[in-house]
Amino acid sequence: MSKRTGTLMQRTYLVLIFGFMYLPIAVMIAYSFNENRSRAVFTNFSLKWYESLLHNDAILSALALSIVLAVVSSVIATVLGTLAAVGINSMGRKSQLLINNISYVPVVNPEIITGVSLMLLFVMARSLGIGGEGGLFGWATLLVAHITFNVPYVIFNVSPKLRQLDPSIYNAALDLGCTPSQAFFKVIVPQLTPAILSAFLICLTYSIDDFIISYFNAGTMQTLPIAIYSMTRRRVSPEINALSAIMFVVILSIILISNWVDSRAYRRDQQAVRKALSAEGRR
Amino acid sequence: MLKTKNSRWLAAPYLVWMVTFIVVPLLIVIWYALTPSQTSAINAAAAADAATAPTVVFTLENLTQIGRYTGVFARSLILAAEATAICLVLAFPVGYALSRLRANKQHIMLMLVMLPMWMNFLLRTYAWMSLLENNGLINRLLGFFGLGPFQLINTSGAVVLGMVYNYLPYMILPLYTAMTKIDNSIIEAAQDLGCNLRRTVTRVLIPLSSSGIATGITMVFVPSVSTFIISRMLGGGSNLLIGDLIELQFLGNAYNLNLGSAMSLVLMVIVLLCMSFTSSFDEESMEGVM
Amino acid sequence: MNENLIVSLKDIVVEFDGEKVLDGLSLDIHDKEFVTFLGPSGCGKTTTLRVIAGFITPKSGNVFFDGQDIADLPPYKRQVNTVFQKYALFPHLNVFENVAFGLRLQKDENGKKLSEALIREKVLEMLATVGLKGYERRSIHQLSGGQQQRVAIARSLVNSPRVLLLDEPLGALDLKLRKEMQLELKRLQREMQITFVYVTHDQEEALTMSDTVVVMNDGHIQQIGSPEDIYNEPCNAFVARFIGDSNIVDGVMLKDYLVSFGGQEFLCVDGGFAPNESVQVVIRPEDVEIVPPQDGALTGRVREVIFKGVHFEMHVDVEGYEWLIHSTHASQPGEIIGMNIAPDMIHIMRRTEG
Repeated sequence: MSKRTGTLMQRTYLVLIFGFMYLPIAVMIAYSFNENRSRAVFTNFSLKWYESLLHNDAILSALALSIVLAVVSSVIATVLGTLAAVGINSMGRKSQLLINNISYVPVVNPEIITGVSLMLLFVMARSLGIGGEGGLFGWATLLVAHITFNVPYVIFNVSPKLRQLDPSIYNAALDLGCTPSQAFFKVIVPQLTPAILSAFLICLTYSIDDFIISYFNAGTMQTLPIAIYSMTRRRVSPEINALSAIMFVVILSIILISNWVDSRAYRRDQQAVRKALSAEGRR
Repeated sequence: MLKTKNSRWLAAPYLVWMVTFIVVPLLIVIWYALTPSQTSAINAAAAADAATAPTVVFTLENLTQIGRYTGVFARSLILAAEATAICLVLAFPVGYALSRLRANKQHIMLMLVMLPMWMNFLLRTYAWMSLLENNGLINRLLGFFGLGPFQLINTSGAVVLGMVYNYLPYMILPLYTAMTKIDNSIIEAAQDLGCNLRRTVTRVLIPLSSSGIATGITMVFVPSVSTFIISRMLGGGSNLLIGDLIELQFLGNAYNLNLGSAMSLVLMVIVLLCMSFTSSFDEESMEGVM
Repeated sequence: MNENLIVSLKDIVVEFDGEKVLDGLSLDIHDKEFVTFLGPSGCGKTTTLRVIAGFITPKSGNVFFDGQDIADLPPYKRQVNTVFQKYALFPHLNVFENVAFGLRLQKDENGKKLSEALIREKVLEMLATVGLKGYERRSIHQLSGGQQQRVAIARSLVNSPRVLLLDEPLGALDLKLRKEMQLELKRLQREMQITFVYVTHDQEEALTMSDTVVVMNDGHIQQIGSPEDIYNEPCNAFVARFIGDSNIVDGVMLKDYLVSFGGQEFLCVDGGFAPNESVQVVIRPEDVEIVPPQDGALTGRVREVIFKGVHFEMHVDVEGYEWLIHSTHASQPGEIIGMNIAPDMIHIMRRTEG
């Protein structure tokens, strides 16, 4: 086999795999414009499923709940996780190992186990009379569940950055007259900002995307994925196609924008370096 | 730096949280798994005694009851193993091809791999529902050629397909990461010393990407073996998996928290076994999970 | 000579992204010869090596091995082995298994795999040859750069290739180790009677080790010859500049064996030029003899003197040209010195275009 047929085979294979990954999504998006309710035939181009989606109160309120839940739980998880990372960093090796291993549990455990174990906790709380007849199930349990599965991601994002920090920076801040807490907020936190920010974004996406853990702890409330699930229970609901199309476009634009911002920042850095170098050269 | 005694206390709120919402719930699962359910005879007896002596009775009844569901557990393991194997075979060449592309192309292709992951998996699974239906697109296309219709949905094959489709990126990404560390000259050296394509793969590529293979297997197998959505949406009623059983005990008609907990415990043991098996190939197998 | 040709390249063209890296290259390599491809980075020397190894399929042209056209033969079927630039050792295998790698893939005449005993014998013998006796169970990560280099060489040589290709194999080693390995490689080549094709950008390395040096630039061969030929009779300014330090000055060939440069006439040993043809004159720094000013054919003012250990390197201003002179005698900066050049130390080159 020569090099050229090799690359050709490689390309064909990649096209097939990406076809497998994208065709179902493409078909859904195509059918979102289908006037007919049936998924089998495409009759006329129509935006009516988008319209009915926009008037679907269940979906809209679920979306609102998901967004609020994601923001609140991510903020709390980020604060809790960042503080924890700093605290863990100053502990001995053995305690670090123990805490990290326990924190890994929600990351590696099947989501269904995390979901039911939290549910059992709340069931037990209810049997002890906490939260009255229905227990805490609803907003409070959802919030606790989302914070719980998000905090470890914050810790595992911030900890490595923390270890890379130059220890003398903190001491320099103290030397220059900072109190320890001033030194922490003025010197350490700014250096951790990129890691904290990316941890926050990870929390947001996991929170909005989560179905399984929420499903066991939502009580009667509906997050967006739970609302989607109840839609799929009905055999035919073309609004889902419209929702998929919208989500795909939103995700695609987020990725493209963040990519564009990244590459622009990169180019700007490069330009600054070039300028600095040429200024150096002139001297 | 920051290694002061005081800064340790910053972790205190999380530690309280961790114990309350990670450790205690797992202990409760074990507790429930080992105590009789409300409906069982032992519990009725205990309840009768409760007035006089409120004691706790431990029992293995829930765990032994699982014996009735051996078929479901076996099916879960087999289907998840099939999906994992198919993902590995499909993803291996993809990971390799991506790792050989130029840096700027790699970036774009990685985005393409991850993009479907960002779609909610309910939507992705629903997409297959409409494709596989008896009058869905695939059967219509086949009908156009005078074939079928075939029963595609509500089969175990559809469940495996759903797993493969949903979790393929989790196999591609760690394989890709492991293979970017393999220098081109290593592959050329193998060819130079007499390896044809097959031997280059078995003697060099697979051993050198074993960490990625281990991570990928874990990342596909664990969600596959514990899913209940994919089996419900694509498998119909006849392809129950462990996840479905557990869900039925907690939120479904079967409502039996103790039996559900026992099943969860067994599932956890399965997952632990799988992970200790894969991590024996590579200590750093959890790298790249994040 | 033609009977013992082993590798023959004919009109090889290689393009990367439409850019010609090798442009109609032809070259013969004789059996049991130590050939070095020498040139600056990007000159096509490594590409040529990879064409022989089979990692690059040329766009056009033929590769002959032992008289057979092997242009379409994949690398694993060729009777050549490569020592890679950064060694490319297999990190998952220990020293023994790295060296045994090729042997385990070989079949004997009966189509059987080699016996474990034979493999063991060959590997241990080869490790002893490269000076790594007792290292067979070591992991690759436990070896120094020089030892990794030896493993890489052993891994290739143990397969008894007809031709061993070496792609800047000593580039990552420090100077002392490099000198040691140069001698070692030369010894191995002599003992094992194998053709070595060596790629380097280090002219000293090329001159030390080779039977034949192939100087390359821009995808073309500039000159092929023995180290002495290349050094003493560079055929153009590129070769002269690339091989060793040299002074290249403009001159005019007045008639056969008489050249004028620096405002003076000099006897030389070259002929066959047109009368008053404009030429370039190459004079090696060590070929300039320093004499008192009144005895010198040329005079110059010393600008700088640098002690180099064995000799002094002097930069001398001669009529606006800066000359480089090596001498065991140190003149003082600012001193006026006389300079003489013996006729056979003056090398005349035709002007190259551009």
